Amino acid sequence: MDDAVLMGVSLLGATVRLATPLVLAALGGLYAERAGVADIGLEGKMLAAAFAAAAVAWVTDSPWLGLGAAMAVGVALGLLHAFACVVAHGNQVVSGMAINILAAGLAPTLASAWFHQGGQTPLLPASARFQPLVLPLSETLKDVPILGPFYRDVVGGHNLLVYGAALAIPLTAWILAHSRFGLRLRAVGENPEAVDTAGIAVARLRFCAMTLCGACCGAAGAYLSIAHGGGFIRDMTAGKGFLALAALIFGRWRPWSMLAACLLFAFADALQIRLQGVALPGLGQIPVQFVQMLPYLLTVLLLAGFAGRAVAPRALGRPFVKDR
Amino acid sequence: MTTRFWAIAVAGLLALALPLAAAPPAGAAAAEIVPAVIFAVGQKFDKSFNEAAFTAAERFKADTGIGYLEFQPQAVAEFERGVAALVRRGATDIVAIGFYYATPLDRVAPRFPQTRFTLIDAVVDQPNVSSVVYKEQEGAFLIGMLAAMASKTGKLGFIGALDIPLLRKYIAGYEQGAQFAVPGASVLVNFVGTTPAAFNDPTTGAEVARGQFERGVDVVFAGAGSSNFGIFQQAADLGRLAIGVDSNQNYLHPGAILTSMLKRVDLAVLQAFTSGRDGSWRGGVHRLGLAEQGVDYAVDQYNAALITDAMRQRVEQARQDIIGGKITVADPSR
Repeated sequence: MDDAVLMGVSLLGATVRLATPLVLAALGGLYAERAGVADIGLEGKMLAAAFAAAAVAWVTDSPWLGLGAAMAVGVALGLLHAFACVVAHGNQVVSGMAINILAAGLAPTLASAWFHQGGQTPLLPASARFQPLVLPLSETLKDVPILGPFYRDVVGGHNLLVYGAALAIPLTAWILAHSRFGLRLRAVGENPEAVDTAGIAVARLRFCAMTLCGACCGAAGAYLSIAHGGGFIRDMTAGKGFLALAALIFGRWRPWSMLAACLLFAFADALQIRLQGVALPGLGQIPVQFVQMLPYLLTVLLLAGFAGRAVAPRALGRPFVKDR
Repeated sequence: MTTRFWAIAVAGLLALALPLAAAPPAGAAAAEIVPAVIFAVGQKFDKSFNEAAFTAAERFKADTGIGYLEFQPQAVAEFERGVAALVRRGATDIVAIGFYYATPLDRVAPRFPQTRFTLIDAVVDQPNVSSVVYKEQEGAFLIGMLAAMASKTGKLGFIGALDIPLLRKYIAGYEQGAQFAVPGASVLVNFVGTTPAAFNDPTTGAEVARGQFERGVDVVFAGAGSSNFGIFQQAADLGRLAIGVDSNQNYLHPGAILTSMLKRVDLAVLQAFTSGRDGSWRGGVHRLGLAEQGVDYAVDQYNAALITDAMRQRVEQARQDIIGGKITVADPSR
């Protein structure tokens, strides 16, 4: 019984930690794509931001400045993408891919030049990282069955960025559903001509969206290098930007469904980590390759069976050219 | 008409290229060798394996004054092009780091019969290839002993990047050594991922380590390339122990890294270049174990406090017994 609780708590805690970078990056993608700008450059923005965060945190010994630098770099790349797509009417997929390639090459090159450790930053001391928070009363409550460990290790015990991501979801949901900015943003993604006719600048809204997208990706990158991890390593995003994009589509471009998709991916990953080398009752030990396949298998099954039809914002990927 | 034009053009180009190919590379005397290193994909400064090769090449340069060429492929597919480019630049002795170069090297070696190739970590059967493989299981045996003796829970962990035969050799030796030192010690084996990206994923590495720590493991042997950084970080954060791999990684988190298993790639690289230079280079398969000092464990000022004299004595005894043949370490690959 105790073991099962411990296992469950450990599994859920890991789910939260693994989901955070996906949630942050997917939120970035949500703002961009709801405004009609397709963004496959989430990965690149995350990677560049992870590098900026680690580099600045190392030099200044402050995680906050690291986070600021990460978001600034994310925003800069977001605006670059916006310039290519909104002002220059460029192909959005090509621009996103270019940002991925740029970040994958530039970050290790700069790291090499600045830190002389060949493409990575020095490992960060504890003072330069966001540390896990211990919530008040968690020691007092830890003996309460189930709820005690749950409160301590699933609700609590994470760093600030995890809670930031958790707050960003309802905030985004509210912005998109109720605020004037959010409604206009969605309108721009569905029918930019109508927005333009109403006298609202399409380009400005899309630039705003890409700024928010960059900031979210920046936070996701900072999470990898200065909160969950402790330093930048070449290619450390390891496809998480693309996974976030998949979660965004799987979640049908809606904040809460997207959160569910991110949690599902993270849960499958946490589960596969814990199932490796464990003998299951009646089945014995399952080969590690099979266990590692589970998250992907689950994704395919769910996409095929339960996701329903994913309807993208109508103007997604289409540059808006004002008629004269 | 067009055919003749092309014939002349090709002949002209060849004539232009000929002196290029024959010209001795800049900075090397005619009789000297021109060493070259092909690093593993995107891994030159991994603070481990490839960096050891880099250090060795630098040392050879400092000792002999002979500079070296290098190639850092971004993908395994670039290997053949890289070899051709190095040979064109005059390379006579090429060391390639990484088991995945075996297949392309097998194809490319006969094309350059005058070039001496040394492949680390895999075997290629060509007359001009020297294959250096390590008896990782022997080093891992000693590591397993140290881990088991340092563990308070009797539960040890191993985290590899992905499930490949090479890592299975580490695991086998580690398990055998752990049980030799502390009968009943158990080893939990996990892998970070399924693709080579798993060597560069510290985020997942950290989660895998945490999963093991939460299951009672208190010493983890980390064999996951750059993902090791996440594993070390997690061990340091949670006050557990980790073990580094291939190079001495003790200094990364003093107090949280019990020791590192050394795989002396630097010796192999140095040996390849020196023997190429003095003419004693031989092709064939070279297996380096404890007896050849190809594998070892690291003790320095960063982990001296973690390894007691009693632990060292037992491990040194086992080393002698393995070299003397009293203990046989199983090799799962044979």
